[in-house]
Parts: sequence; C-alpha cells; structure tokens
Amino acid sequence: MIAITPDAWVLWHWGPFPVNATIAFTWLVMALLVVLSWLVTRRLTDGPEPSRWQHVLEVLVTGIRDQIAQVSRQDPGAYLPFVGTLFLFIAASNLLAVVPGFRPPTGSLSTTTALALCVLVAVPVFGVAQQGALGYLRHYLRPTPLMLPFNLIGEISRTVALAVRLYGNIMSGTVLAGILLSLVPFFFPVVMQLLGLLTGMIQAYIFAVLAMVYIASAASAASAASGGASRGGSGSAGSREREANDRGR
Amino acid sequence: MDSLSLIGMVSIVTAGLTLAVGSLGPAFGEARAVAQALAAIAQQPDESATITRTLFVGLAMIESTAIYCFVLAMILVFANPFWNHFVQAGGG
Repeated sequence: MIAITPDAWVLWHWGPFPVNATIAFTWLVMALLVVLSWLVTRRLTDGPEPSRWQHVLEVLVTGIRDQIAQVSRQDPGAYLPFVGTLFLFIAASNLLAVVPGFRPPTGSLSTTTALALCVLVAVPVFGVAQQGALGYLRHYLRPTPLMLPFNLIGEISRTVALAVRLYGNIMSGTVLAGILLSLVPFFFPVVMQLLGLLTGMIQAYIFAVLAMVYIASAASAASAASGGASRGGSGSAGSREREANDRGR
Repeated sequence: MDSLSLIGMVSIVTAGLTLAVGSLGPAFGEARAVAQALAAIAQQPDESATITRTLFVGLAMIESTAIYCFVLAMILVFANPFWNHFVQAGGG
C-alpha cells in the first residue's frame, strides 16, 4: 500500500500533537533556507571579488527579479519577497525529493492548499495597496455588476487549481517512483527521479509565475477600469488586453 | 457478487477510464499548443523568450486537467472513500 500523502506518516508525538512527515520536512526546508541565506548574507561585499556563495545568491535574486519584472511589467521590488519566497520554498522542497527518505512537503494537499491560500490573501492585499480599497473592489464589478458571483467563483477556483496542480504533480512523481521501485528496481526509477527534478523545478516556476500573474492583474487591471487616472500601469494593462484580443481571434 | 467486490471492480475500471480519457484530451491540447508555439518561434525568433514563458504557463494550465484526472484515479485506487466506508461497516 502506497501512502499518497506524507500526512499519514507520523514521525513522533510532541505532547498531544502528532508531528507528521509534512510538518517535520517543512521545518527542515525552512531551516535549511534560513540558515543558508543567513550564512551567505553575513559577509556581503560589493568589492571586486565577492564570495562564491554570494554569486549564487545574486544570480538567484536577480533572476527572480528579472522574471517578476517581465511577467508583471512593473517594479519587482514590492513583489520580490512574497513571490521569491514561494518559489524558493517550493523549489527547495521539490529538489530535495531526490534525497532518500525525504518526502517533499509539497506532495501533501495541506501544504499546497496553505501556499495557495497565501496567494488568495496576497492578491487583494497587493491590489488594495496599489489601487486603494475602492479601486480594487471595483474590478469585481467589471464588466457589469452581474458578473460579481462569477468573478468570485473564478477567484476561488483558480486557488483550488493552484493547490491541486502542485499537489498532483509532486504526488504523481512520488507514487510513480514507489510503483516503479517495486516493479523494476534497478535503472528505470533513476530516470524517473531525473524527470521528477525537471517537473519539480517547472512546477515551482509555474506556481510563482501564476501567483505573479494573478497579483499583477489585480494591481493593474483596476487602474485601467478607473478611467486611466494613473497612466503609469496603463501601458502594461493595455498591452495585456491587446494580447488577450489577439489570442481571442 | 457482494457489494464490496462490486465497489472494487467499478473503482478500478473507472480509474483506468479516467486516466485514459483524461490523458487523451490534454495530450491533444498540449500538442496543439506546442505546435503553435514552435510555429510562432519560427516566425519571430526574437520573441522566443516571451513565447516560451507563455507556453510553459499555458502547458501547466492544460496539464492540470490531466493532473485532476490522475488525482481522482489515485483516490479511487488507493484511498477510496466508499470502499473504506463499507469495510468499516462490514468489519463492525
């Protein structure tokens, strides 16, 4: 019998609380990220020869910044902490899946639901921060107030899709590895593990990019609706609408 | 045939059908998306970065329909709620 979620694997009981594999490995990944970044950022330098690890960190941060800037076509500074954290956490836990004995916490529906709920909360937070409460809430009434329930359903369903997509991808990798290990235990599972590395990275990227797309659309669509009062974000919104029109044709 | 084996049989057959149909549609969709993206890159190689990013996001969207079917099939085979209910009811 293959456990399709690491929630069922209880490692130890901490007082009355059972600590399952999801919680324990989430703590492990968080500790790893925190300790690594603390070690690297302790001796930052802008001298001619930064350390090897500072190079790695700079490549990561500038890479994520560039991606956010390309997707949102806005200043990435405000979104970098949230989206970058999502990406790094998911990528780290997916990559660690090759370590024997490690069950990726993203293979549990509870973890992915928690991450998707963070996105669900972050979308209106960023939208309100950019547009003000009224300006943001008005976009639920577009194009007509009749669309309000459908806009709300869309908000919820894309959150569910975000959670189930990540869970299904990582869970399928783990389950397939388990089934293959019991059928052909020598060479083929290694190939599937390599494929799992690829899909794990792609899923982390997709999750972060989709979160960014949702946040960016909430932050800039409202400005297009409010009659273009602030033309700063209108260029991006306008070109996105043009793209949507092109796709519709 | 008692109800337990009937539930087991229907669950497994349905899981197989779900996977078969649920991978057929997304396969066609992804093939079409990739073909269009390749044609677009061939026409405008300068835009390949944007096209590739949009392609990946779109592929993930298409793929998630297949993933839903996979999750459903896995639940039917490994964590079937009806099966568990009847095993519990039968066991006491």
